[in-house]
Amino acid sequence: MGEVELLSRIQFAITAGFHFLYPPMSIGLGIALVIMEGMYLKTKDKKWEDLTRFWVKIFGIIFAMGVASGIVMEFQFGTNWAPYSRFVGDVFGSVLAAEGIFAFFLESGFLALLLFGWNRVKPPIHFLSTIIVTFGAHFSAVWILVANSWMQTPAGFQLVTKQVGETLVTRAEITDFWQVVFNPSTIDRLTHTIFASWLTGAALILSISAYYILKNRHLEEAKSAIKVGLIILIITSILQLITGHQSAVGVAKHQPSKLAAMEGHFEASAPAPLHIFGWVDTEEQKVKYGIAIPGMLSWLVHFDSSKPITGLNHFKPEDRPPVNIVFQSFRIMVGIGLFFILLSIVGTVLWASNKLTSAKWFLWILVFSVILPHLANQTGWIVAEVGRQPWIVYGIMRTSEAFSQNLSPGEAWFSLILFTAIYILIFILFLFLLDRTIRRGIGIYTKEDIYSKQKSLLEKG
Amino acid sequence: MDLNTIWFILIGVLFAGYAILDGFDLGVGSVHLFVKDDYQRRIFLNSIGPVWDGNEVWLITGGGALFAAFPNVYASVFSGFYIALFLLLVVLVFRAVAIEFRSKRESPRWRNSWDIAYSISSYLIAFLLGVAMGNIITGVPLNEMGDFVGNFWTLISPYTVLTGITTVALFMMHGTIYLAMKTEGEVHQKVVGWINNTIIFFVICYVSTTMITLVYVPHMSAPFKDNPILFIIPLLNMLAIANIPREIHHRRYGWAFISSCASIAALLALFAIGIFPNLVISNPNPEFSLNIYNSASSQRTLTIMLIIAIIGMPFVLAYTSAIYWVFRGKVKTEDLHY
Repeated sequence: MGEVELLSRIQFAITAGFHFLYPPMSIGLGIALVIMEGMYLKTKDKKWEDLTRFWVKIFGIIFAMGVASGIVMEFQFGTNWAPYSRFVGDVFGSVLAAEGIFAFFLESGFLALLLFGWNRVKPPIHFLSTIIVTFGAHFSAVWILVANSWMQTPAGFQLVTKQVGETLVTRAEITDFWQVVFNPSTIDRLTHTIFASWLTGAALILSISAYYILKNRHLEEAKSAIKVGLIILIITSILQLITGHQSAVGVAKHQPSKLAAMEGHFEASAPAPLHIFGWVDTEEQKVKYGIAIPGMLSWLVHFDSSKPITGLNHFKPEDRPPVNIVFQSFRIMVGIGLFFILLSIVGTVLWASNKLTSAKWFLWILVFSVILPHLANQTGWIVAEVGRQPWIVYGIMRTSEAFSQNLSPGEAWFSLILFTAIYILIFILFLFLLDRTIRRGIGIYTKEDIYSKQKSLLEKG
Repeated sequence: MDLNTIWFILIGVLFAGYAILDGFDLGVGSVHLFVKDDYQRRIFLNSIGPVWDGNEVWLITGGGALFAAFPNVYASVFSGFYIALFLLLVVLVFRAVAIEFRSKRESPRWRNSWDIAYSISSYLIAFLLGVAMGNIITGVPLNEMGDFVGNFWTLISPYTVLTGITTVALFMMHGTIYLAMKTEGEVHQKVVGWINNTIIFFVICYVSTTMITLVYVPHMSAPFKDNPILFIIPLLNMLAIANIPREIHHRRYGWAFISSCASIAALLALFAIGIFPNLVISNPNPEFSLNIYNSASSQRTLTIMLIIAIIGMPFVLAYTSAIYWVFRGKVKTEDLHY
């Protein structure tokens, strides 16, 4: 692999991985905001208003980070992956147009009302803005996932070759818009990603609320928020099991080389076991040091433990993805998913026995489990993207043909170092802002509020 | 009119929308350091507070539309202008971050540092956009595949530096007028005092750019020679600019702002007419130029996108106007979110 190709790949992995910290949180928080503000309009209880305002602030910070890192994402298709852009431009054109016109403008326009409109519009209009921003966030996920799913399972296009100067240039041209949109993996992957985002948002709410309860602050608000978070968590952790299974079955059908890498399955066509954990030895072509359930993978895919699964040896060596990273990432993601199901069950039991907000050990688990959905999101994308290799568009275009040939290694190093440094900087700033907002707490917004609060504390004390 | 031409115009409209909208908030950024008082700086910042993020979406959508309608241009320009584009991205990210962070701590040093970062980024964004425009006007070296064969320094010439400075001047004028519209009291008086200077600065740059373009870049004026009716656009442009001091004199800042918007739109129209039907002119070897036909997506894609645009754009314009309407009027102390 050439230097420019490797640097472009690393840069894409870093920018995409960094960007994807934020959209899931905004999508998930959006849902929670709709619930909280809806409760406020219904009950007129100030607790819900304070909660909404607090989470809107955090939403605003996260959203700004998502926009800043997202601009880079969009432009680097052109900068580092020019041949890819020429190849897919015609297919992605309509999808991108829909994204821009139906989702981006909607999100950012109404975000202004959500963040700054409290004194300018009536509460129902503000609530409407919250709903629209949340809808916009979901809608932009739809179009991005459509584009990425098309790269996994291309459909609704034809290859057209043209002569440019002395060389022949091939590109994919759209033949059916709806086949592109509803390509075989869109629905599975979209639902899996949306519910992952809800879960990510719920984990954030649970973490901060649990922290407040442990610190004995904002008890009333935090107890209400923790219930909102837990309800979302219970629903999504179960839905993730279903959509995850659906996705895996889809992968087995449409991207057999990816499934084989996920399971470290080498034999070209044989019934396959399910490894709980292990280490894939690609030299000896087997999974070592692990526990396996014989026939389980075949059963999961076909409901028959004796049916064969296509293995890596079915593919030419140059058509196989890296195995161990996909194998391990998949296990981390699934493990975290199972952990959240367990957490939901424990939470439900505690809630039923009225101990939800008094069981300290449980609250501490909630505080720290905020990191886990992000780990699952990142490893999930590693499975999806590394598992698709060596293809950038599965079966049609190789990643090694897709990077910009006219870049020099110096240019690629320049952008990679620059952006890594900037992302580290803004990530630190993000944590700083988040920490500050949490410290300030719920229900305190202006200097005057802080002064009056301090004053009343002094008078009491 | 064929689909390719329609998309040329639509992308032009998106970039004009971006220039008009982000133009004023970049302009506000460029005069940010002219006031020293923290309260006044916050008034400046909050005049663009609810809208700057949305304004940048026009750039994202413009970039997306370029990718969609003319993928070859998107691929060639972005991979070719690699260093320049990453510099632009850096300053865009930095500016966003600076706006978010500057008011989060009381410390004057903290605020001053972010203010400087914010203002410098605002200048650099305007300048880099102007340099890009200058390069599209003069043309850049392309090979027969449409790939850029120069390097970063190829893009910097006296002419492109001049178009960069002109863009800075244009946005400065535009932003100052916007501030005059959004402020009151002492800070308002200050801002109004700057307007004439910014107009003079812009007119000097504009006249120089025009003269040099007429002499050295004859292809930009050729369409006007062939179709004299097009002279109505530069005429309208000059009328719009001349109208600004008149409206300011009568304290009709809203109308002055509309005039300024009109002059930006007219400038971009001049630019678009000059390069049509090319999108990136190849210099030397004009036969390698990327135009609206050899770099376009298929007719089917252009049709589908047009349907999407026709359905979506009226909504976008309606709610964007409604949101600007909600945030109309002078910036008040209780609006200080940043």
